This record gives sequence, C-alpha cells and structure tokens, in this order.
Amino acid sequence: MKNRLKVLRAERDMTQADLANELSVSRQTINAIEKGKFDPSLPLAFKMSKLFQLPIELIFENEEIKKSI
Amino acid sequence: MKEITWKTQIKKNTKKLAIWTFLWTSSMALAVYGPKLIWAENVALTIIAVIINALLGVGMILMNIKYLNSLDDLQKKIQLEAMGIALGAGVVGGLSYSLLYETHLITKDVEISFLVIFISVTYLVSILIGQKRYK
Repeated sequence: MKNRLKVLRAERDMTQADLANELSVSRQTINAIEKGKFDPSLPLAFKMSKLFQLPIELIFENEEIKKSI
Repeated sequence: MKEITWKTQIKKNTKKLAIWTFLWTSSMALAVYGPKLIWAENVALTIIAVIINALLGVGMILMNIKYLNSLDDLQKKIQLEAMGIALGAGVVGGLSYSLLYETHLITKDVEISFLVIFISVTYLVSILIGQKRYK
C-alpha cells in the first residue's frame, strides 16, 4: 500500500524518531511503513490520521481498490 | 515523553519476562537435579518441585503474552512470523525425525531437549531475519 507519510512528515519538519515518538511506535516501524514494506493496523492508521488531521484515504492509497474503480 | 513511556514499558516487560524465564528454568533445574543431589529421591519434595515448575511456567507464559501485547505493530508481526516458523519447523522437523526413527532409517533416538533447542534456535534466527528484513 502506498502512503504519503514521508511527505506529510517532511511538511511538518518531523524526523522519523519524532513521528515514532508521537505514535508510540519504534522508528523502525515508521521507516518500514514509509518504504511500503509494512502496512499499519487500523488503530495506528487512525492515530496517524488524527496526528496529521487528515482522513486516512489522504494518507494511504490502496492501489487494488483504485484499479477496480 | 510518550516515547520514554512506551520504551520504558517495553524495557520493563522485557526485564519481567527475563526474570520469569530465569525462575522457570531454575525451577526446572531444581526439579531435574533436586531428587538426586538435594533431597535423596523424596517423592513429596519432587512433586512440589514439579508443581512449582509448572506454576512458574504458567507465569512465564502469561508474562510473554503481556510482553507481546506491549509491542508495536511491526514488532508483533516479526514475532508472529518467527513463532510461526519456529513452531512449524519444530512440528515438521520433529515428526520427520520421529518417522525416520519409527521406520528404522535412523537408529539414534534423541532427547526432547534437542527439539526445544531446535525450536529456540529457529525462533532466534527468524527474529534476526525479520529485524533485518524490515530495517
């Protein structure tokens, strides 16, 4: 699943460690999500949504759903 | 502050799990060597030692569940994959060996401890591979 985490983080001048700190996860988790190696759980996605004040679909992009539309 | 709280909690749980594991393995050693070396085959003491070992084992399992629940999404995934591989390798490897032994293709019977060591090593290697894969 593609995501805009890196861009959103950069826009707010946050490091991976800062974001990890805000979301109570490891920096490794943020890095893996940004690289698309790992998809977060729904609770974590909601935490990100709340932090960036954006709907989940503006942070994550499901390519399979996009193709089917 | 949040990071400190979260990381502190994980460290705390890791430490508690290590203590439970140490207590369980120590009680296992006591139950194994106690009858011969300490209480001269006293049955009542041996039963008590085995019960203590089992109770500490339950405590260790509960602490392990607590530890796993305190991990973040990715760490849980790494743990889950490692446990799946270790359990699968243990069952498949153990049964394959048993089959070879039952069909007399292998004559050397092995101790259950070899299976435990095999599962533990597989689990540790799987954790390391998982950590590297998601780095």
